[in-house]
Amino acid sequence: MLDLKGVNAGYGSFQALFDISLNVKAGEAVAVIGPNGAGKTTLMRVISGMTEPFSGEMEMEGKSLSSFPPHQIVELGIAHVPENRRLFPGMSVEDNLKLGAFAKTARSDSAKNLEFVYELFPRMKERRSQLAGTMSGGEQQMCAIGRAIMSGPKLLLMDEPSAGLAPVVVQQVFSLVRRIREEGYTVLIVEQNVQQVLQVVDRAYLLEAGQLIDSGKSKDLLESDSVRKAYMGL
Amino acid sequence: MDEIFDIFLLEAIINGILFGGVLALLSLGLNLIFGVVDVVWICYAELVMFGMYTVYWLAGVYDINIFIAALGAIALVSVLGWLVHVLIISPILGTAPINQLLATGGLLFFLQSVATLMFSIEFRNLGLRLPILEFSEMYFSYARLLAFGVALVGMVVVYLFLTRTYIGAAIRAISQDREIMVLMGVNAKKIYWVTASIGGGLAGLAACLLVLQYDVHPFVGISFGPITFIICVLGGLGNMIGGFIAAFILSIIISIGGLYSEIEWGYVFAFAFFIVMMFIRPQGLLGKK
Amino acid sequence: MTRTIPFIIGFLLVVAPFSTPQYPLHLLIMILIWSLVYTAWSLMGRFGLVSLGHGAFMSIGAYVTALLWNYSGISPWIGIPAAMITAAIMAFLVAYPCFQFKIVGHYFALVTLALSEVVKLVIIASRDHTGGSLGFTPNREGDGTSFYALQFADKETFYFVVLGAWVLGLVIWRLVDKSMMRYALDSISEDEDASAAAGIHVTGSKLKITMLSAVLTALGGALYCQYQMFIGPEVIGGIGISLQIVFAVVVGGLYTMMGPTIGAIITLLMTEIFRNWITSLRTEGIDLAGLDTSIYGLMLILFIIFLPKGVLGELIDRLAGGRQKDTS
Repeated sequence: MLDLKGVNAGYGSFQALFDISLNVKAGEAVAVIGPNGAGKTTLMRVISGMTEPFSGEMEMEGKSLSSFPPHQIVELGIAHVPENRRLFPGMSVEDNLKLGAFAKTARSDSAKNLEFVYELFPRMKERRSQLAGTMSGGEQQMCAIGRAIMSGPKLLLMDEPSAGLAPVVVQQVFSLVRRIREEGYTVLIVEQNVQQVLQVVDRAYLLEAGQLIDSGKSKDLLESDSVRKAYMGL
Repeated sequence: MDEIFDIFLLEAIINGILFGGVLALLSLGLNLIFGVVDVVWICYAELVMFGMYTVYWLAGVYDINIFIAALGAIALVSVLGWLVHVLIISPILGTAPINQLLATGGLLFFLQSVATLMFSIEFRNLGLRLPILEFSEMYFSYARLLAFGVALVGMVVVYLFLTRTYIGAAIRAISQDREIMVLMGVNAKKIYWVTASIGGGLAGLAACLLVLQYDVHPFVGISFGPITFIICVLGGLGNMIGGFIAAFILSIIISIGGLYSEIEWGYVFAFAFFIVMMFIRPQGLLGKK
Repeated sequence: MTRTIPFIIGFLLVVAPFSTPQYPLHLLIMILIWSLVYTAWSLMGRFGLVSLGHGAFMSIGAYVTALLWNYSGISPWIGIPAAMITAAIMAFLVAYPCFQFKIVGHYFALVTLALSEVVKLVIIASRDHTGGSLGFTPNREGDGTSFYALQFADKETFYFVVLGAWVLGLVIWRLVDKSMMRYALDSISEDEDASAAAGIHVTGSKLKITMLSAVLTALGGALYCQYQMFIGPEVIGGIGISLQIVFAVVVGGLYTMMGPTIGAIITLLMTEIFRNWITSLRTEGIDLAGLDTSIYGLMLILFIIFLPKGVLGELIDRLAGGRQKDTS
């Protein structure tokens, strides 16, 4: 579904990603794990069009992403749940969700998708007229994921969904990710919380200092000594 | 004696409220542009002036039906608003904000002068004589009542647009998180265009309402411009509800001030009130820190 | 070579009145007066304090001086300092709360714009004393030349008065540029909170420069009044003049000592040439009133879009850039 070949990217003269090649197949859940500052967020931003890559090929279902302006990437079926959720704090939950369906391709299904989001997160339905900025971190994460779902995506990019949340809430967030998988979405997730994320994804890439250094099935990685030592402190 | 005095005061307050309608409309347009594009159009009232001339020429000189003339003025000023954004603001969006303020200031001179060149400095009016209404010993001009009513309707339409449509939601969202808009599939440039055109259209609507009450001349913008900026700042720049309330507070102050002395003192009181309020609530009436 | 240029210009400026016809001399005087005002504005403008209220300070300078002279017979020698003090007090009253409450950027520009409207409207509204929109003329003393009244029938004497004031403006600009306050203000314009944390007295520093700027602007207003012997609320105040001040500085260059003066030369010559052209057209029966200011307004817009650093700033950048390329 998603194919990256030799992607280099960064900001100005600073390069954050070096020669990244990865792929995500339809129906898969894939994680990119790595320490702070490894370039995980940049990777997400490059795919969704927020940051322009220096060079490299990116394809979504055979279509080259570079031939679309950034705001049309979402119409190809890529939805990005950004780092720190980035809701519109002064707007209601429902307005936030509605904005998720702004893309022309999403508007016709927006009523159906809204129904689905409310079914997935009944809490959001209760809070639909509340200002998004006044909700708890976990609720905001639900809203952010719901907003991404509103665009009717095939692929969900999730950037550190567990960051800044209390441990109990982190558990909830990962069960959310599992739910979304079960609904048939393809997921590319970036996480520092390696132990937990490896339990919900099929495969994972290891990103360090802007380069992919390893990849494999989650099961194998969970058992790999080097991964356990480097990322789980075991 | 006391009773008559109270009637005058009441009349002044009501007239102030009526006058406030158009000011609220103007400040809504300016706030909309500021909220979305983060630029203050110093030349906003000069766009109104062009709208007033449009109505004057279409209806007053070429005898076109006044409603069609009004629609023409709204359309023209709306296009002008779009041009202001595309030609002047857009090339310098990334530079220091003060440059954008100044560029529209340069446009203020330009529009005043072009109007002088095209229409000369003569004062012109439609020559419409709308009736004065009497209501229990108080007198209100029909033009003002009409202006107030239409301004309110205009604001409700904008409100519905902002709350009921996708573009409207994007307009409200863009000031909260500009960068993230692209993830929603929003083309920020297009939102800027729509906003500039709506801002222009509101100036055009205000022009239609003002030309019913006032003469038009190249410098008429100076009478509405500064007070509009002050309303926006008092309400909290970009805060549309704050601007709405501030418009009525200031117009009532002007009207009451004008009752006891000359109308200039009314404005002096309003400006002085504004400066004092800036010290009490520097973020604006409803602005957040 | 470059060191001698200021001396040559200085010499030319001193001998200028004795060899110049009246009209160019008039232009030169106007350029010097406005240069003083523009330099005064740039004192604070260069630190990101964009005031649209300097028309108010100019008006205060002119009207206080003229009103004291006409109604109380107080000599401008006392009236001008009094006007300058009034401007300083006004600047303090408006700026202190602004800075205390961190009103910056757009807000500061619009609050100061309100100040310029208030002063203009007060002048118009007190028409019984100030003549309102029709303007105000200081009483002539004797035959038109009086040291006591600071009125001179000949332009030559007045030229030296404004030359002195202009030089004073430049000296103050230079003193500020070399002072510790400049570093404080530079750092404040970068990051106010960090500066405060570093022990810089943010409000105090901004207040000082604002009051200094207001005082010098008032001096410019007073000199304008003494020279033209006519003032009006829109002639030296209001939003028009306040914007004109900012524009001229932007055209000339905000960050160099001579920038505001260059801005005054460019803008005044431009308006003067256009005005003469329109007048000559009118004698031929073509009325293009407004064309001059249209072109002027258009050029201002183009200037801001294409030369945001001003003519002098851009020139210096180019030269400096060229030099760097040479050495590398």
